[in-house]
Amino acid sequence: MTDLSAPLSALALQAAGALGGPVDQDYLFQARQMQALSLGWHIIIVCFGVAFPAIVLFAEGMWLRTGDPLYRALARRWSKAMLVLFAVGVVSGTILSFELGLLWPEFMATFGDVFGVAFALEGFSFFTEAIFIAIYVYGWDRLPRVVHFLTGIPIVIAGVAGSLFVISVNGWMNNPTGFDLVDGRVTDVRPLEALFNGNLWYQFTHMWLAAFMVAGFSVAGVYAWAWLRGRRDRYHRAGFLIAFTVAALVSPVQILVGDWAARQVAENQPVKLAAFEGLGETTSGAPLTVLGWYRDGEVVAGIPIPRLLSLLTERDPDAVVQGLDVVPPEDRPPVNVVRLSFQTMVGIGTLLALLSAVYLATWWRRRRPPRSRWFYRSAVAAGPLAAVALLSGWITTEVGRQPWIVYEVMRVEEAVTGAGGIPVGYGMLVAVYAALTVGAAWILRRLARSPLRDEVEGAESLARQEPAR
Amino acid sequence: MSLAELVGALLVLGLTAYAVLGGADFGTGVWDLTAGRGPRADRIRAQAESSMGPVWEANHVWLIFVLVVFWTGFPVAFGSVMSTLSVPLFLAAVGIIFRGSAFAFRGVAASGRARRPLDALFALSSILTPFFMGAAIGGIASGRVPVGNAAGDPVASWLNPTSAIVGAIAVATGAYLAAVYLAADAARAGRADLVEAFRRRGLLSGAVAGALALGGLAVLRADARPLYDGLVGAPGLALVALSAAAGVATLALVWRRAFGPARVGAAAAVAAVLWGWVVAQRPDLLPGEITIEQAAASRPTLVAVLVAFLAGALVLVPSLAYLFRLVLRDRLQKELPPLGEPGRGGPLP
Repeated sequence: MTDLSAPLSALALQAAGALGGPVDQDYLFQARQMQALSLGWHIIIVCFGVAFPAIVLFAEGMWLRTGDPLYRALARRWSKAMLVLFAVGVVSGTILSFELGLLWPEFMATFGDVFGVAFALEGFSFFTEAIFIAIYVYGWDRLPRVVHFLTGIPIVIAGVAGSLFVISVNGWMNNPTGFDLVDGRVTDVRPLEALFNGNLWYQFTHMWLAAFMVAGFSVAGVYAWAWLRGRRDRYHRAGFLIAFTVAALVSPVQILVGDWAARQVAENQPVKLAAFEGLGETTSGAPLTVLGWYRDGEVVAGIPIPRLLSLLTERDPDAVVQGLDVVPPEDRPPVNVVRLSFQTMVGIGTLLALLSAVYLATWWRRRRPPRSRWFYRSAVAAGPLAAVALLSGWITTEVGRQPWIVYEVMRVEEAVTGAGGIPVGYGMLVAVYAALTVGAAWILRRLARSPLRDEVEGAESLARQEPAR
Repeated sequence: MSLAELVGALLVLGLTAYAVLGGADFGTGVWDLTAGRGPRADRIRAQAESSMGPVWEANHVWLIFVLVVFWTGFPVAFGSVMSTLSVPLFLAAVGIIFRGSAFAFRGVAASGRARRPLDALFALSSILTPFFMGAAIGGIASGRVPVGNAAGDPVASWLNPTSAIVGAIAVATGAYLAAVYLAADAARAGRADLVEAFRRRGLLSGAVAGALALGGLAVLRADARPLYDGLVGAPGLALVALSAAAGVATLALVWRRAFGPARVGAAAAVAAVLWGWVVAQRPDLLPGEITIEQAAASRPTLVAVLVAFLAGALVLVPSLAYLFRLVLRDRLQKELPPLGEPGRGGPLP
């Protein structure tokens, strides 16, 4: 990978758009904001498409195994929320497909045939997910129990496969392979090489685990809130335990995957890593600086930990880490945005791993979840915090890619549309997404408040108080 | 058939499926909007909702399929179309958001007063979205999209006679398909009053759609002569005739209450119109600008798209068949149980 990026970057300024080269676009920033808004909205919903089906299916599996109607009630309730979230994911995902062309026609025209196959495969995953989510949700009580459970499995597989293919495209944008540039023209396209680019596996794994963290902590947070409000029956307890356990098992692993990801970034995109850390100059024995602010080539008011960055990236405290100075200023991303996002992600990720460790340790020693109110308050906060960490991570990788849309090959200003009216479209989209957010929140709240008898005959017996201890 | 034409055929396949499946889902918006109020209107809406519920998401994915094949197989044409026709396509995208979310929200948790605004939103966006998509197709078909980044006229490319008539045809055919499909579903469920309601709607909208299609030829003759010549030339004319024949036959079938065959006939009439357009502008992808061969992606990509399609079809075809079999045999729930109001009977028996 590294030997390939060198000749590509040498050719970078010659990459010519297939539609005839860059246009003057006064609203590049708004176009980027528009794409960011749609993607940021979608990526949170996607977590539920990727991870939630597995959690729902686990609950249904528990029902099949134990025959306890409690699990069936949970699975049914969750499957309705899953359907709503999938529906808004369908529409917000469609917007993204449109926007790729509407906002970045030069990017699509020049490179659509290089990375497009990943999207074609994603399309089939999407199809499969849409088909089986309908069968699953509308099939409750109508299909034989085991058949119904089995129809949930394609949802899980398709959700994961779909995210894999989308991440493949994003990985390719960060680590473009599978084509040659001759006089700025894309030639000798090798779609499979683009599909399985060097960034695919770590980005996918990182995102996949993040999806389980966001979905698990968010769902658990609903029940933690109920616990704090005194609803501590078996139903709420089981809802909390299933969702929180999933997230708690994943969170510590995410730290290891995050380390893997950072080292891959150091190898493939050293300028991006320098932006993560605010490393102005190429340094041997580079320190890792916590907090602070990047100004004029260095981090001010931060807490430096000597040699840690070299140790983390190269496993050698004296190793040389490339700084932002390896490329001219116009090729550097906005350091503070990237760095702040990165630190937010790492900070929240660490806190969530600690919370998970508390939970797992209590479970290990006492065979029960923690009983402290502070634990449940933290669990309520964990869902939104996981979403903030997810968005921060995504800002880290996407803003860290700037000014490139295709890393070191095509700049965003070369890719943008020549069409006017972008601020109008942006304003409309902000209003639309605000309405969608309010609507989705309203519907999920309504769903959460509807009585349990909608799901299960005789469900009132589930709302039995836990015996006092 | 060359590789490029094979991938082009995939594009047409996706468009056809979207038109006859997704189009009908949009078409329910017309009947939702005109249903009025009261128990009868509630039954009309409920029938549309229960027919659409399990399938609309899968039907919608055909649009994603079309977009993906378009940009992978014909990237330059895709970039040109999306940038020049950005206004109608953006509006269609916004319509898709409102349509899908309004449908999902009202289906899962809306009853009573909360339904009204969602019904209105669903109906309006279901009508505007296909109109804007049709207008975009009209812009392409009448040769108003040049190759380049937003190189065409941002307004005249979709505000023109051809776009207007194609947009209207898109709305009318959707309404027609919806009425025929819903009449068939109501007949299967033994709801005689709804059968008659949708039968009348099917006959009316079928006549309107047919009239628009014929009138459209006159508009094309004045506004998009090459397209018109293609449609009245040999292969194009055959498809126009096929569409007309299927349309008339479907009306007769609906009249005689043979809704099962009518479903097929209605879909065939719509598909034939679409294929007529494709044949009429062949071998051009963007008429007067670029041919399918010129616009096609590199050979390895075309091969990869076809292989991905074949592999995907192995999963997709049995999955879709399973879904539609369950739906047509009434093996899935009619509607999700209503929330919050125990004992409330839905408007459907």
